[in-house]
Amino acid sequence: MTLPAPLAAVEVRGLVRSFGTVRAVDGLDLRVPPATVLALLGPNGAGKTTTVEVCEGFLRPDTGVVRVLGLDPIADSAALRPRVGVMPQGGGAYPGVRAAEMLSLVAVCAARPLDVGWLLDVLGLTGVARVPYKRLSGGQQQRLALACALVGRPEVVFLDEPTAGMDPQARRLVWDIVSRLRADGVSVLFTTHLMEEAEALADQVVIIDHGRVVAQGSPAELTSDGTQRQLRFGARAGLDLGALCTALPAGCQASEPRPGGYLVEGAIDPQVVATVTAWCAQQGVFAEDLRVSRRSLEDVFLELTGRELRP
Amino acid sequence: MTNFSPGTFAPAPGRGRLSRMLIAQARIEFVLTLRNGEQVLLTLLIPLGILIGFTLLNVVPVPSPRVDNITPRVLALAVMSTAFTGQAIALGFDRRYGVLKRLAATALPRWSLVAGRMLAVLGVVVVQLVVLGSVAAGLGWHPHPAGLAPAASLILAGTAAFGALGVLLGGALRAEVVLAVANMVWLLLVVAGGIVLSVHALPRPLSTIAAVLPSGALAEGLHTTLAQGVTPWGALGVLLAWAAGAGLLAARTLRLS
Repeated sequence: MTLPAPLAAVEVRGLVRSFGTVRAVDGLDLRVPPATVLALLGPNGAGKTTTVEVCEGFLRPDTGVVRVLGLDPIADSAALRPRVGVMPQGGGAYPGVRAAEMLSLVAVCAARPLDVGWLLDVLGLTGVARVPYKRLSGGQQQRLALACALVGRPEVVFLDEPTAGMDPQARRLVWDIVSRLRADGVSVLFTTHLMEEAEALADQVVIIDHGRVVAQGSPAELTSDGTQRQLRFGARAGLDLGALCTALPAGCQASEPRPGGYLVEGAIDPQVVATVTAWCAQQGVFAEDLRVSRRSLEDVFLELTGRELRP
Repeated sequence: MTNFSPGTFAPAPGRGRLSRMLIAQARIEFVLTLRNGEQVLLTLLIPLGILIGFTLLNVVPVPSPRVDNITPRVLALAVMSTAFTGQAIALGFDRRYGVLKRLAATALPRWSLVAGRMLAVLGVVVVQLVVLGSVAAGLGWHPHPAGLAPAASLILAGTAAFGALGVLLGGALRAEVVLAVANMVWLLLVVAGGIVLSVHALPRPLSTIAAVLPSGALAEGLHTTLAQGVTPWGALGVLLAWAAGAGLLAARTLRLS
């Protein structure tokens, strides 16, 4: 007898959503298991916010099925909303409202809210508790928005670019909070452009572009890609790589991406390292800073989504 | 790895009490209106200036006792300024700042996004009635006692009509456009909509139109009932029709952002 799979916190199947003639989301699937963190990664205009807003019940899908805690975000909105915490992109508050007033208002909407004073303190907002929203800095507005998402003790949290506009200290604090949320059994779906953030926080990274999933997996799975690795070293600029390329096994390539910086890509094994150092000895150069590394998530991201700038 | 003790964010979801949520939302919007300088100018200072100025200074011919003729029009102006102009502008900018989405993501029911605003508007109207009524009384205003209850119904219906129009405008367009249109409509209705000048004093086609505008209906209705003590059913009907029509339309066009 097999146990049924635990109900996903978020389940999206075949989601399509267009704005006019633009398909913002074009057949997207994703699943956030309970008490896990999923990072939705993609360039500007990839469909991240649209996906999140469909999950939050703000947008109706054209086709496809979206379930949050097993419920329909629009049809079951009243039952679902108290169980979900939302941090919209760019926050959300009356322009003239004081930070503490706004958080208190959102707290009143919950049955067993977190303590408002404590939450302001933890997020470093006590000093600006009486400052009107429009006069808070971007980072302070973001932290208030995060507080509003958490205050109701939700089961699922949607964070749309939670660390945009934050300084490094605040970003670390957000990471700390997300780790604690997961450990406490809360499921988190967040969007980001920051590879470092996705790598540090997420159990699962979903890279999307043009509204489609282009890659997904754990950060380790995405960056390992079988045996593909990189070997880098520094030496005198302008060495002739001909002999090295012949000596390397098939599938390995050597290049000099910048003067004096050499890169060997392919299935790097100890034999390849020996070949490279032997070749250096023949050339009479000393290989400095020789290191073998996995691809970074950023390499994967740029490879999948291209290097050209997005509008 | 983390500075938070285990269980800090353990889920414990649930919906707050409906009455508390609604009152909290209405209270905050009420307080924000009174805290906003431009809103106070629009809803209190301009009506006060007109009430005192037009009563004491003989710049415009007004039948005497002047204060009895001016006060009902100033009350109509005050209701229109708060429920329509002030509210439309606030709603336009609240949408820009993401408030409606923020509130729509809480356990607050959707209908209360508008209901809370209307409660706040009613609260401001009560403040206006107290302030303007007291000042008018100080200037010698003597409303017909039998007209007070019908006047209250007219003001409620007028708040509903102008409030629905305010949501219709403020809930559909960009904040800057809302600001421009709301101010322009306010000025037009003050001058040609039966507020400052009586509907009967306007030239022919305009007087017919103004009589069925919410501004003309509210001002003339208040004037009639507070002077003669009769219930102006026609004006009440016009206001309720505007409230229903604009309300139904606004429910379809209101956008969260």
